[in-house]
Amino acid sequence: MDREITHSQAVNEAIAEEMRRDSTVILLGEDVAEAGTPFKVLSGLVEEFGTERVIDTPIAEPGFMGIAVGAAMTGMRPIVDIMFGDFLFLIMDQLCNQAAKTHYMSGGKLNVPLVVRTNLGATRRSAAQHSQSLHALVAHIPGLKVALPATPYEAKGLLKTAIRDDNPVVIFEDKLSYQMKGNVPEEEYLIEFGQANLLREGNDVTLIGTSSMVQTCVAASDLLAEEGMSAEVMDPRTIVPLDERAILESVRKTSRAVVVDEGHQNYGITAEIAARISEKAFYHLDAPIIRLGAMDVPVPFSPALEDLTVPTPELVAEKALSICRGELVHDA
Amino acid sequence: MTKSVRKNTEQYLHLYKQMVRIRTFEENANQLYLNAKMPGLTHMYIGQEAVAVGICEALDSTDRITSTHRGHGHCLAKGAEFKQMFCELLGKAEGYCRGKGGSMHIADQDNGNLGANAIVGGSMGIATGAALSAKLLGTKTVAVCFFGDGATAQGLWYEVMNMAALWQLPVIYACENNGYSEYTPTSEIAAGSLKARAEAFGIESHKVDGQDVLAVHALTQGLVNRLRNGEGPFFIELETYRYHGHHVGDINRSYYRTKDEETAWQKDRDPITNFGRWLEEQDIASSEELSEIISGIHAEAEEAVQYAIDAPYPNHDEVDTHVFAGVKHALPYISGDSNGS
Repeated sequence: MDREITHSQAVNEAIAEEMRRDSTVILLGEDVAEAGTPFKVLSGLVEEFGTERVIDTPIAEPGFMGIAVGAAMTGMRPIVDIMFGDFLFLIMDQLCNQAAKTHYMSGGKLNVPLVVRTNLGATRRSAAQHSQSLHALVAHIPGLKVALPATPYEAKGLLKTAIRDDNPVVIFEDKLSYQMKGNVPEEEYLIEFGQANLLREGNDVTLIGTSSMVQTCVAASDLLAEEGMSAEVMDPRTIVPLDERAILESVRKTSRAVVVDEGHQNYGITAEIAARISEKAFYHLDAPIIRLGAMDVPVPFSPALEDLTVPTPELVAEKALSICRGELVHDA
Repeated sequence: MTKSVRKNTEQYLHLYKQMVRIRTFEENANQLYLNAKMPGLTHMYIGQEAVAVGICEALDSTDRITSTHRGHGHCLAKGAEFKQMFCELLGKAEGYCRGKGGSMHIADQDNGNLGANAIVGGSMGIATGAALSAKLLGTKTVAVCFFGDGATAQGLWYEVMNMAALWQLPVIYACENNGYSEYTPTSEIAAGSLKARAEAFGIESHKVDGQDVLAVHALTQGLVNRLRNGEGPFFIELETYRYHGHHVGDINRSYYRTKDEETAWQKDRDPITNFGRWLEEQDIASSEELSEIISGIHAEAEEAVQYAIDAPYPNHDEVDTHVFAGVKHALPYISGDSNGS
């Protein structure tokens, strides 16, 4: 039966269900216990599972990330809470040199089944060190899986899958959507990695959006409909693995693509997806692929400036219209 | 000779054999490098044998260790075999890590070795996490984190010591102080006292002669027993010396240490020579018996080296296996082929 819960409740439910199911699942991070994190996403878990399994750590991201890697190698399934995605830079050695490579370097003898839960997204007026969307950084490293839930339904289903995965998984929640409500079944479910979700069917252009940009693409498709254009909207849900087949199928049908993601555009997710489309569906294309990422500047504090850095439905629709109408003009 | 010495004859001889195995392995590894038969380079453990052996002999195979870039000694002391180790060093399919790790990443899960680590200090969190697992799962196992004096400059150590002390984890931080942080004397990179740093977290700390295998072993055995009873963590600083350079290619070392210093350590403080002499003095083994042990190990190493040289490399289709657990081939998998095949 469906009911509406928030993204935040969906995350909480996923963790609680997995902790009940498997006693090796533990949670580590700053203020994850009684405080339930600044976003209150984890409230109530310590009361049910105790401080042995819901572990408040000192403010020492590399340290508790390293401890989680070691615990994962020796029988536990830690969920590491990285309070802001920006703090991923602090755990890079433990995540990318240790966790990501251990299974490979050991010739398959050692597993690192852990989840890093963190977030992305700007426009909270939090400035350059609390607003970044850094999923491209970790998606670049072989050995890490990367999930980008866009709705409460995905937040729960992808997190449960991540917790059961025998590999390190980084899951980014859109911090602006914690209070967003959506349908989530009462019954247990999982969402398989590498399975894109087709939100809207259309014929003129494919809008591929991730995480915070999925709703932006949906809103853009409404604007396009007003102009008589039908847009297909696709949410890859995970970028490692990436459901290339679904993306290519859609683009082969519509012949046009706009890729929208809140990470920086330069060397980002939008570039990767656009490159794959151009390599594998080039002769189906009627127009250049458009990339729309976060502007390549540090996220500014001033609302007047910050709002300029994130793609909007209007911008997505405008770019999509320009390629649908053949208006895109290249500089000579 | 006391009764306890007699009773422990087997164990004493085992300590000796293990140290000789490490030295022999390293001499062969060095030769493989010099003969250009080994890809890449490696870091010699020669001179530090009493540290790895003294500590690992106090552990069970289910106890975990984490090792360093200078890790062959730890790996052997924890129970690894010559053949699979030489195969790994040469990048062969029968190596402990199927040739994917090499010298700086040897891991031997069956004997509790969670792996060498090529990031200096990189395994301090892993060892501490293994201790957290042991505590949460109630296994009564312990973890030992080997690292060098150079790694004490990494901030990670202070973060994990803090948590290990707060959470009373069964871990020993074993600092092998060989006097040099790569090519720099430790006195130039470490202010104050290393022991005092651990003590600042309320961690019981010890300093021991790392060339004296019996002293290292006795100290560790006592601490391991206490860890199994819920005490810990502990810190040990082991004073030791590496005879070779930072790595096999570090031949001209006069700019950071003198020949006289190197000679003095080898002449007066060699862990194998001194322990051998003690075994003879205590009438536990004759010099002939010790020579026999050495020649037996030399023969075993020679055979293992030849075996590794002749062993096949991994098949090319292994290049993208073991990227993800449960996925056969990573390359199709990351593009959405759920079977990864």
